[in-house]
Parts: sequence; C-alpha cells; structure tokens
Amino acid sequence: MSTLVEVINGFVAELRGAGLPVSLTEHIDAMEALRFVDLADRDTVKYALASTMVKSHSHWLPFETVFEVYFSTLGSGAGRGEADLGPGLEAEIDAMREQRHGAPHDTGGSLEGLSSDELVAMLYQALLDGDEALAKALAKLAVTRFSGMEPGRPVGGTYYLHRTLRHLGLEAMRERLVDQAEETAAGEMTELERRLARDEFESRIDRLRKEMESEIRRRLVADRGPQAMAKTLRKPLPEDIDFMHASRDEMAQLRKALHPLTRKLAVRLARKRRHGRKGPLDFRSTVRHSLSYGGVPAEPKFRYPRPSKPEIFVVADISGSVAAFARFTLMLVHAISGQFSKVRSFVFIDGIDEVTRFFDGVEDVGDAISRVNTEADVIWVDGHSDYGHAFEELWRRWGCEIGPKTTVLLLGDARNNYHAASSWVVKEIRAKARHVYWLNPEPRSYWDTGDSIVGEYANYCDGAFECRNLRQLERFVDILQ
Amino acid sequence: MAARFDSAADVKDALKAVSYLADDAISGVVYLADRLEKPILVEGPAGTGKTELAKAVAAVTGARLLRLQCYEGLDESKALYEWNYKKQLLRIQAQRNAENDGATWSELEEDIFSEGFLLSRPLLEAIRAKDPVVLLIDEVDRLEVETEALLLEVLSDYQVSIPELGTVVAEQVPLVLLTSNSTRELSEALKRRCLFLHIDYPSMEREKEIVLNRVPDISEHLADQVVRIVRSIRQLELKKHPSVSETLDWARTLLLLGIDDVDAETAKSTLNILLKYQSDIQRAAKELTANDPLKAR
Repeated sequence: MSTLVEVINGFVAELRGAGLPVSLTEHIDAMEALRFVDLADRDTVKYALASTMVKSHSHWLPFETVFEVYFSTLGSGAGRGEADLGPGLEAEIDAMREQRHGAPHDTGGSLEGLSSDELVAMLYQALLDGDEALAKALAKLAVTRFSGMEPGRPVGGTYYLHRTLRHLGLEAMRERLVDQAEETAAGEMTELERRLARDEFESRIDRLRKEMESEIRRRLVADRGPQAMAKTLRKPLPEDIDFMHASRDEMAQLRKALHPLTRKLAVRLARKRRHGRKGPLDFRSTVRHSLSYGGVPAEPKFRYPRPSKPEIFVVADISGSVAAFARFTLMLVHAISGQFSKVRSFVFIDGIDEVTRFFDGVEDVGDAISRVNTEADVIWVDGHSDYGHAFEELWRRWGCEIGPKTTVLLLGDARNNYHAASSWVVKEIRAKARHVYWLNPEPRSYWDTGDSIVGEYANYCDGAFECRNLRQLERFVDILQ
Repeated sequence: MAARFDSAADVKDALKAVSYLADDAISGVVYLADRLEKPILVEGPAGTGKTELAKAVAAVTGARLLRLQCYEGLDESKALYEWNYKKQLLRIQAQRNAENDGATWSELEEDIFSEGFLLSRPLLEAIRAKDPVVLLIDEVDRLEVETEALLLEVLSDYQVSIPELGTVVAEQVPLVLLTSNSTRELSEALKRRCLFLHIDYPSMEREKEIVLNRVPDISEHLADQVVRIVRSIRQLELKKHPSVSETLDWARTLLLLGIDDVDAETAKSTLNILLKYQSDIQRAAKELTANDPLKAR
C-alpha cells in the first residue's frame, strides 16, 4: 500500500508541476476513491483519479499525458511482450501469411519471422478490415522493428514515432485504402460515400498512431523512469501558450480554446453592464407608484441603466514577429464585437490600412483574418515595422474619427527598427479618445531593450499590458468596459 | 448508508436497462459518487445527455428526482427555503382573536418559526426527504458567483442551517448532480466539493447504439449511415456541432420520411435538423458534396 501512496504523491506533484491546481482535499479524495476501484483495471483508476483531481476539461490533456507516463505499466497494457498474442491472433496471422505465400513458413515464432514488407502489408490488411486487435499487435511490432530505440538515449518520444511512421508510410496507405474500398464496393461510390470511407480510415489510422505513441511512451518510461519522462513531455496549458513561440499544434489548440473564451467573455461583459450600476431616479414612475401607498413615495423607481457601449479601434502590427498575437486579438475582439457599439480594425507594418471591411457581414472570423493577411495594403517602403510612419498615417487619415467614446488598442512589440517614434500621435489620440491601451506580446523584461520603444509610447497610454497568452488577454478584455 | 451500486459495471448495466447508454467514464464516476457520497459536476457541450443522466440515475435507483433550475437572480427563498409568511400572519391573527388562551409572545414566536410554517425549496426538500431522492441542479453556471455559495453547505455536508430553527441534517445522503454548460468558470470552492465528469460527444460505436436504442424501428444500415455522417460533420469547423439529441432527431426524421439509404441529396435537404446556423448548414452541405475530398482537408 505504501508504494501506491508514493506513486500517487509523485503523480500529484507532477500534475502540479504541469500547472494543474490540485488541492490537498482533492488529493485525499483521490486516495479515498482508489479504495473503491479495482486497481488492476487501468481505465477505472484513470477515471477515479480524473474525476477527483481534474476539474476543468482543458486540463484533461495534460492529465492524460502524465497518467500515461505514471501508470503505463498498469493493468491491461502491462509488460506484454509482442510474443504473447493469444492463440486466436496467432492463428489469424498464420492464416494471413499462408494466403500471401500459398504455403506456411516454418520460421518459428509467427511474428518474429515477418519481413518488413510483410508487416506493412499485414498492417494494411488489418486497417482495411478494421481488425483492431491485430492492428494493435502489429503496431507494437512496428515500433520494435522501426523506431530504432536505444536505451539511455536522450531523445524524445516524437523522434521515435517519426521514424516508425516514416517506414510505414501511413499517408499513402490511407489513399490506397480508400481506393481499395472503392474497388470492392459494387458500382461507383458517390462523393458522400467516398468521404465517409475516408473518414473511417482516417480514424482507424489515428487510433493506430495513438497505439504506437503509447507503446513508445511505455518503453521510454521503462527505460528512464516516470519522473524524467513526465518532465520531457510537459507542455503548457492552452491558456499559458506563448503567442510568439507557439508551434503549429499549439496554434490549433489556441484556436480551439479561443471559441469558448469568447462566449465566456461575452456573457461576462453583458452581465457586468446590466448589474454595474443603477440608472438615475425615475421621477414619474416613482410618483405613479406612490399612489398605492397613499401618495407616500415609499418605493423609489430608477431608470433602466442605458448601457454605453464603447467603440473600439484596434490598431495592430502584423509584421512577422507579432503576427500570431495580432491575429488572436483581432479574432477575439471581433468575436465579441456585439458587446461594443462599433469595432474598427487597422493593421500596419510600415504602411497602414483599415481592414474593418473584411469583417463586415462575415460569419467566419477566421476567413476574414486570412483575407487581412493576404489583401491588406500595409507595405509602404520595405516591409519592416515602422510604428512612427504608421501612426502618423493613422492620425492623418482617421484621426478625426476618434471621439470621446473611442477606446484605442495599440498592438505590437514596438520594435521600430530605429525609425522615428512619432509618439506625439499617441499623445494626441489620448487627448481625444476615452482610453488608449498598449498590448505587448513580449515579456515585460524585454521591453525597451534593443529597438523596442514601448516605454516611449506607454508614457502617453492609459496602460501598457503584457499579453503573452490567452490568460493575460482574457484579463485585459475584462477591463475594456 | 447502504450503497446503491456494487460496481461501475453494475451502474452501466442498470443505466442500460433504462435506455441510457453510459460509457466507462460515466458509469465509473456515478459509482464513485455513490461510494464517496459526493456530488457530480457534469460538464460538456449542450445536448450530450447531461440532464438525461440525472433522470436515468433517478429511474434506476427508484428515487424521486428533485430539480433546481438555475438562472441569474436565483436566491435563497427559491433554492433553499422560505417562511410561509401568510400562514404566519393568519396564526398571529388567530392568536389575537382568542385573546385569553394565555399563550405568551415567546410561545407564539416559537410556534410560527417551526417546521409547519416552512416552505422547503428543492435543496431543503432533498435534505429533508425520507424517501430516496436524486437532486439535479441544472445549469449551475447561470448562477452569479455570489449565489454559488448557497450551494456549498448542502453539497459538502448535506445540511442546511436555518437561523430560526437550527441545522437540518440530511436523513439520508441524496445523490446530487450538477450540470454546467461552462459559460463561465465555476468557483474553486464548488469544484473542490464535486467529482468532475466531462461528457463529450460519444464515440461512433456508442452513438450508433444510442440511435438504435432510442429510435425504435430504425434499420441497422440507416443508423450506421447516420452516425457516420454525423461524425464527418463534427470534424468540420462549425459554430455549433450537432449534438446527440440532434442526431436522434435526424434519425427520426429520416425514418418518418421513409428513407432507407441516405445519399448526399437527402442529407443536404435535411441538414437543417442537425445544424442550427445558416452558415454551418452551407458549409456542411458544401463539404458533403465536395467533388474533391482532398480540398476538405
């Protein structure tokens, strides 16, 4: 029992290390829950731990990763070599080989003797038939055969996965699978059927890939121990992913996280406005209601508060280094544009262009963003950020439209390539606008280093905020009201 | 307190008997909730059977389902209890009329703040119930953060403190389910007290079983096609993905229309049952009939 306590302790410590807020009570609850489940059954243990310690769906992925590492050798997946497949499968494999060669080979252990080509061909057949047990066994074998794992080598699991996948050529396999399905199907397949078949094979291949991944992980854990392994797999939570250094996968995660966030923000902003304050005394209504108290104004009535919705000007630098950040902020602001009376967007590099038109009447903000990237006219001289010139242009062309209801958001790292700052523009804007805020995707410690002149602009802003991830962006939007 | 279920598998079978097909996560958490005597916080996209789960659990345990629908502005008097002040007034009036029966004010006060004058609302009702109950607190994310605190005492200790009466402790621990559509983050205090269960869209196999189970007379072939198409649609980037209940509606519609085999045209013309936004419908229609499926990737 004491070992279990230790394992769970280590597990909880790792979860906390990955950024999950696991409290002491939750830790105790988890231990309590484990008393009631079958410890040999991996899935029940997983759900017992998850339901007591993971209280948010966005934390599920990190939890799963850590769980896989710590409990990879538990229950069904435990220490099963590729040799013991169960008699049924072995017979099946033999039958398949027979089919291919016409005569049974006598190479002893049915799997060890497979050539690489045979292995690929059998995997193909397993995927085509949707035979999961066989595919699983073959996945294990493929990992042994192709990944070239060496104990003690400090390489991440993805490296081995890539090596295995390269040998199998799954992408090409998917195409072949669809074609094959079409051949076997009587008559012509409609587009719909074709698509459905493709999706089906896609999901089978996906499952296969997952199987290989966890197989590789299992072996790495056996080699290096869970602590070291968990550390290499540790990834930031979606809300902590840095905009400026996000990988492609992380970008996809961010996009997924953005949608629920906008919904949350919209609800919150609307609520705040409704409850924020009471309107002025409604004299007429108070007098009218006083009649039922014999003319005593016992129940004062107030006017319904008229929510004043701010008008938002987003002015974003979309040069390479900060493009991702600009994209996210534009998406976020437009997704909650219902909460503002008007949203106008401007993008610049060294020239500036208004891009509000791309968002007008468009259902899908993502489409609009990609149009901004391709169609906006933002190059003036050389396509290197020039905040000074862009701001001067902004002031010259649209300055007169900034009014006392306008909140201006300036987005960028203020790395000006040593051009003139023209910070007087920001000063002028502030004099006219309700608020001017600067959002900078760089860590605060980098501000005003090198060619960054954010301090010079921030002097004239109502606030300058570090906005490196969704969490910080969300916090900022809250103060927009 | 006798446990309601023997094992997670037991939960699964029992739920299946009332045509709720649970997956391992659902049955496991329900089982644990019963054993640990903790509430379950169920979260997930709309229409994946969160409320249905509570109803099924109630049916299985033969318990009465008490439902508290949350909304902005819900307060104590609607969630916990309220004094029946009309009855209290009558009591006082009656006292005044029968002037000389010798009762003193303190006796009267004790009398009008007794259980007989208490109107229990769902939470107190669940605590006081003598028969088995399942308490469903629906859409808890609609509550304001401050009102959430109302629930905490009930959820952690299964008791309600009434200043005039004292503390009412549960006769038997009810099974409590809270549902949330996650429009906002719930407070840590609330989450800590609950077991968390995220119900996502079901796997294709499970969804097919659900369709076969819930739509009588549907053919295996049609059910298979329905869930495959729904899975394809869920992979698109849409505003709102079709939920399980919409899948069921669609399957019923196809059945009513007497369609045995879904082709692209029928799918297209009935998409409006699956999807609720015009832009989603257009996109899905385009994707389903796309000439070059590679473009869809």
